[in-house]
Amino acid sequence: MPPNVNVPDLSATDKERLAQSGMDLAMTNRCGSYLQMDQEIVHSECSAEGIEVLPYKKAMEKYSWLKEYEWNAVSRDKDEITQYVAAQKEPKGYVIIAHKGSSNIVPIQACLFLGREQIQHVHNILIAEEGSELHIISGCTSGEHVGKGGAHYGVSEFYIKKNAKISFTMIHNWSENIEVFPRSASIVEENGVFLSNYVCMQPVKKVQMYPTVTLEGENSVARFSSIVIATAESYMDIGSRAILEGKGASAELITRAITKGGTIISRGHINGKTAGTRGHLECKGLILKDGRIYAIPEIEGSVVGTELSHEAAVGKLAKDEIEYLMSRGLDEDEATATIIRGFLDVKINGLPEALQKQIDASIDVAEKAGF
Amino acid sequence: MLHIENLHVKVGDKEVLHDINLHIGEGETHVLLGPNGSGKTTLLMTIMGFSNYTITEGKILFKGEDVTKMRAHERAKRGIGMLFQRPPTISGLKLGKLLTAISRTKPDNILELAKSVHMDKFMDRDINKGFSGGEIKRSEVLQLMIQNPDFIMLDEPESGVDLENISLMGTAIGSLLEKEKRMSKRQKSGLVITHTGYILDYIETDRGHVMCEGQIRCHGNPREILKDIKQRGYKECMECRQT
Repeated sequence: MPPNVNVPDLSATDKERLAQSGMDLAMTNRCGSYLQMDQEIVHSECSAEGIEVLPYKKAMEKYSWLKEYEWNAVSRDKDEITQYVAAQKEPKGYVIIAHKGSSNIVPIQACLFLGREQIQHVHNILIAEEGSELHIISGCTSGEHVGKGGAHYGVSEFYIKKNAKISFTMIHNWSENIEVFPRSASIVEENGVFLSNYVCMQPVKKVQMYPTVTLEGENSVARFSSIVIATAESYMDIGSRAILEGKGASAELITRAITKGGTIISRGHINGKTAGTRGHLECKGLILKDGRIYAIPEIEGSVVGTELSHEAAVGKLAKDEIEYLMSRGLDEDEATATIIRGFLDVKINGLPEALQKQIDASIDVAEKAGF
Repeated sequence: MLHIENLHVKVGDKEVLHDINLHIGEGETHVLLGPNGSGKTTLLMTIMGFSNYTITEGKILFKGEDVTKMRAHERAKRGIGMLFQRPPTISGLKLGKLLTAISRTKPDNILELAKSVHMDKFMDRDINKGFSGGEIKRSEVLQLMIQNPDFIMLDEPESGVDLENISLMGTAIGSLLEKEKRMSKRQKSGLVITHTGYILDYIETDRGHVMCEGQIRCHGNPREILKDIKQRGYKECMECRQT
């Protein structure tokens, strides 16, 4: 088993917050770790054969060929967030490389912890070389002493080569005073698979992200699942986009959104550019307290032979469903929680059990707090 | 077991049940017949405690306790259970998860019970989503097996079920109602709604009632009533005002 992750000077509350975002400090179910606290890289290692977890700067020094991947999937001039990250003289973040044919079923954890008032910036590059398989859990959280607030600017570039697979499960566990601006994009080659899961059950001031996957290769596959709850003061502008270029490429973008008074803008865009491509976009929203769920599903096809569909629904908990469960002996709160739990239950094919459990655990915490 | 007195029920602004009186003793199973729209399901939903059905007069006593104002889960906890004719589909909620939630203490035998009604392959399926008529009914019976109520209301348990599965349903319901026990030893009671009467080939019933236009118009031997209805239809019932 890989060594424990030593975290300096952290309160029990903050350790608990790290755990809730998926950080397993004892490394019982992880094969590697990257931990960045504010701008300090605390830990970076991986025990899985053929897989490297390196701090960004060190990786760039070690492999000159990484230059080809830097600001390739994501443009450095995309917006003020990418420009800010690109302007850093001391770039932070990680590079994870799964070399040809390697695989880790036990996931790598990457944790970004924001402890002080500031802008935390990271630039991550993840590469799954031909025939490799890489599973990552990325936990993002803030400490109890973050004061008036902070922001997280994160650029992530994913490269999934021929016959390779990356699953990336991101759990956000911020607080009411944090603004988060992930900017990520992925390029998938022939028969490559990219699974991206996003879970945010806790309050956050603002999240804005619109990750894009370009399915360049034949028969490449992408699946995005987002499970989010917006509490009263949260503003979440989230989405995902898939560009289907390779023959037979397919994408599925699934969102389950619940508002308890906050705003969720759920965007989605699938662009079918080649014959034989398929895409499906699904957004289901539940309004538990007056707030806003604004679903903007877009499908765009430009050739004969691309098949795209979308399904969006926003509604309330159905009284007949609640009473049906009550007739089986569940009280109203239990019945409501059981239905919400079901609503959020998106099983992701191809995700290792440890990661599915982590997603379930995040929902458990929200359920125990009464959703 | 169940005693209903002078029950009047409104749905929205309209009174749909008028002066219902019904007594079902311990160990007895009654059958409720009547044309479509006569109020049979309304009566069952009212007894179960669904909030759309407002009791404006009268009362429901269950095991001697007045449950008229209780909510559905309180009635369920006291031993009232129902097999729904058209239960809702609940997206994402797996049958297995619901069964565990119902059982609370004894999830050990869930799979065994599921096998007995051929539902063991449905544990990871969303409740009722894409289920055939027969599968819906088997899922309902399975939930009742785990809930184990003392008084079971069955709303058309045979509708949508093919002949082969009617026998399976009949056996399962018979066992829920402790039909294998001697009559004097039986403690479970039931109230069955049926259109066709097929299910009565599998479940012995003690007494029949005919409902028309929100009233119970007559009582009697269930087989005789059914035979009458098969021969003459509900036309005479509609004209009959006697209760």
